[in-house]
Amino acid sequence: MKILVNSEPHEITGPSLAAALMELGYTSPAIATALNGQFVARDARAAQPLHPGDRIEVLAPTQGG
Amino acid sequence: MEVYDKKLTSRLFLGTAQYPSPAVLQAAIRASDTDLVTVSLRREAANGSGAGFWDLLRETGVRILPNTAGCHSARDAITTAQMAREVFGTDWIKLEVIGHADTLQPDVFGLVEAARVLSAEGFKVFPYTTEDLVVGERLLEAGCTVLMPWGAPIGSGRGLANPEGLRAMRAHFPEVPLVVDAGIGRPSDAAAAMELGMDAVLLNTAVAKAGDPALMARAMALAVDAGHKACLADPMERRDMAVPSTPVMGLADLNLAEKT
Repeated sequence: MKILVNSEPHEITGPSLAAALMELGYTSPAIATALNGQFVARDARAAQPLHPGDRIEVLAPTQGG
Repeated sequence: MEVYDKKLTSRLFLGTAQYPSPAVLQAAIRASDTDLVTVSLRREAANGSGAGFWDLLRETGVRILPNTAGCHSARDAITTAQMAREVFGTDWIKLEVIGHADTLQPDVFGLVEAARVLSAEGFKVFPYTTEDLVVGERLLEAGCTVLMPWGAPIGSGRGLANPEGLRAMRAHFPEVPLVVDAGIGRPSDAAAAMELGMDAVLLNTAVAKAGDPALMARAMALAVDAGHKACLADPMERRDMAVPSTPVMGLADLNLAEKT
């Protein structure tokens, strides 16, 4: 199915958010995820199903003021 | 000072952005003696290395204050705060809800809304706000126990645009920790904020964009300390006219012209 990850289109097979992250190479433990604007906790990713057109945000620590 | 039941030994909070290199950032953190630095979250590339920056900061041992910089709605800020809490492992959040892209002025309505939701979820909210007293009251009602009024627009380095507003805030909220956040350009600005009775200063660009960031970090630390001590020392009142400091009594009469 086609989904958007950080606004980039991706084709994935995995049924869950956790599977999609693995498939796309997001293996760092220091990331946080949101699905269609809602936070999805680390522990909830495996049980979080995805649907075509879903928007995923994957964020990581960076410098800030 | 104490914020959310934690003791902070330094009254200077330091941002971590815009430094020429990670090594310079680390040197500036050390030179500033700060124990609280701000960080953020941005999009991660696949196989990315955001963890590298995080590891570097952890080496310094300072406490982390994640921000919601760039969020233009309460909704965005709330989601970002939730993501930051998981990644950084802290419930402290510097809450920014930006109203204007050009002035980076806080959207105080969205700010109060987000502060209420986040406080209810157990976050310790540090709101980036204006010097408006009514907004301050609303933020306290929403669950904040610290307020962070702007000195001047973020990154402008203009110093304190409205010192009277900050003075009024100090008088109105005598028991609330007040942190001037944004707009500090020079150590004299930081000292001025502390002399007004502010509890701390949060700055970033003034140090990161200095020719020698570590040296400027040290200068800022000294200025914050000097301003704080000056406030405790209760400065004299200003006068309109000159008043001699050397005693006038006992002044010699050396006028040769008026012999009697």
